[in-house]
Amino acid sequence: MTSAVHVAPVSGSASSPGSGGATGFAHLLLSEWTKLRSVRSTVWSLIVLVVVSVGFTALFAALTAANWTGPHAAPRDATILADPVSSILGTGIGLGQLAVCVLGAMVMTSEYSTGVIRASLLAVPRRVPMLAAKAVVFAALIFVVGEIVTFGSYFLGSTILHSHVAVSLGQPGVARAVIGTGLALTVLGLFAMAIGALIRHTAGAIATVIGVVLVLPILTGLLPGSVGAHINAYLPEQAGGLISQAHEQAGNLLSPWQGFGVFCIWTAVLLAAAAYLLRQRDA
Amino acid sequence: MIEAHNLTKRYGDKVAVDHLSFTVESGKVTGFLGPNGAGKSTTMRLVLGLDRPQTGSATINGRRYRDLAQPLRTVGALLEAKSVHSGRSARNHLLFLAQSQGLPSSRVDEVLGLVGLHEVARKRSGGFSLGMGQRLGIAAALLGDPEVLLLDEPVNGLDPEGVLWIRNLMKQLASEGKTVFVSSHLMNEMAVTADHLIVIGRGKMIADCSTQEFIARSSDKSVLVRTPDTTRLAELITAAGGKVTDGEASPGEPPSPDGVKALAVTGLAAPRIFEIAAASGVVLHELTPRASLEEAFLEMTSGSLEFGLHELGDHEPGDGPGNAPENKPGPVSVAEGSVR
Repeated sequence: MTSAVHVAPVSGSASSPGSGGATGFAHLLLSEWTKLRSVRSTVWSLIVLVVVSVGFTALFAALTAANWTGPHAAPRDATILADPVSSILGTGIGLGQLAVCVLGAMVMTSEYSTGVIRASLLAVPRRVPMLAAKAVVFAALIFVVGEIVTFGSYFLGSTILHSHVAVSLGQPGVARAVIGTGLALTVLGLFAMAIGALIRHTAGAIATVIGVVLVLPILTGLLPGSVGAHINAYLPEQAGGLISQAHEQAGNLLSPWQGFGVFCIWTAVLLAAAAYLLRQRDA
Repeated sequence: MIEAHNLTKRYGDKVAVDHLSFTVESGKVTGFLGPNGAGKSTTMRLVLGLDRPQTGSATINGRRYRDLAQPLRTVGALLEAKSVHSGRSARNHLLFLAQSQGLPSSRVDEVLGLVGLHEVARKRSGGFSLGMGQRLGIAAALLGDPEVLLLDEPVNGLDPEGVLWIRNLMKQLASEGKTVFVSSHLMNEMAVTADHLIVIGRGKMIADCSTQEFIARSSDKSVLVRTPDTTRLAELITAAGGKVTDGEASPGEPPSPDGVKALAVTGLAAPRIFEIAAASGVVLHELTPRASLEEAFLEMTSGSLEFGLHELGDHEPGDGPGNAPENKPGPVSVAEGSVR
């Protein structure tokens, strides 16, 4: 610690304040990027996302190739042949996406648990631009990493399986499924972030997101008849997952893009609610 | 300049701030004084737009906080509650704040040097001592070179050197024409720092006057007398029209080393007490006129303590809103030594 007083004359403001508008939002984007990159949870979550997704995709593909008996002998192999892309993307990324859920929730809840939210809102007292900037920066990050993970998983899985199953990005629906899976991961991140902003507690938010993503579909899957099927189809994660199918399956109530749209609407509604409450609640 | 008009904040049925109006002027240090739970932090949060008041409004230099485009360039605030991510380095904490205001990163290094944290700037702030944490908070407050500063209990956790540093910093900022609004529950700290005092209790205004006036108003109240013959002296003083109370009960008064009892006398000046004692041959060990700010403060706020000493058992210390940091039990810390 330094001794006594040494209040240097505080230098004048760097530039005139109140530039506002687009410049102001660019400042907020930079600020949120600094926040996001400067904590370990971001780095670790993304490492988990990459390692688990790519690792389990490779494991699945390798085990499948090793035990390949052909579509006539094994129904499992028939399923894979019917939509190989969905099988490749569905395993590793299905597990890895939990890291996106955790990170998305924590991007908001850590502000509350650490008290940084007070510093953030003192800097951006109108509040909603702060949430918007955070959403944009976080979505951009997950989109980039998500596409790397999905393309990586796809190429790895299809390479390992190529002697049994022929897939290429040129086949109908394949490119859409691969790119779309990265998009769905991005929306999932925002979905988790919105729940984090609404619940404001890390444990509660993560439990809610995981519940909605993993548990709810199992429960609604038990509902009988057409009502159950409709409820199940419009659940955020169920609807959003359709984009990963290169071939639409019989019985799908929504097309891949419709499903993705439903997921986006869920997320937009939750984000709007989060923005409204952020303005209303005491910080 | 900070102006508050008729501010009221309730959390459930608990009134934290009760129709409070005041003006904090530039160019001086204004102390915001009150026992724990008086509503100081809440008032600051209302002024800063973190909480919404049920009634009233507050402006800084004529504008509501939320209407400031790049508020950190106008207002710097140190909140009592922690507002730093323990996993983030001091530099990155200040950097994201600077970026949000369009301030250059060179300004971050400047304030880090100013508060003496440049050597630990890249360390995770979770490892900081309480004093280092306060310094980081002050660095954040000074980041935008603001004209108005709100500091909530800035000397908490600082060593004597740090306390002196803060005092001088506040005085210097005020001498530069800035508005400095600083809260404390320590009367003595305010007596040496503040030019003006705003005293509240239970969310209500108790006093709004210059520090000098406050001291003058509350001085000459009592004289501390130590004598081996307390009974006799008490009789003599009472006969002469004075009032005697137990001097040991004064907050912050150290017990006498030789077991000699102390009396606190009001209504008679020190020379008169000496004359009375001398005339009757009563031996005095000590005779000290007291201008006890602590006592005056306690007296003024005694009806307004959120948690009276005797009530401690009846109250949940933390039953207030979870993030209002003032709800520590008891007004005990109000009295830490007295001004003589």
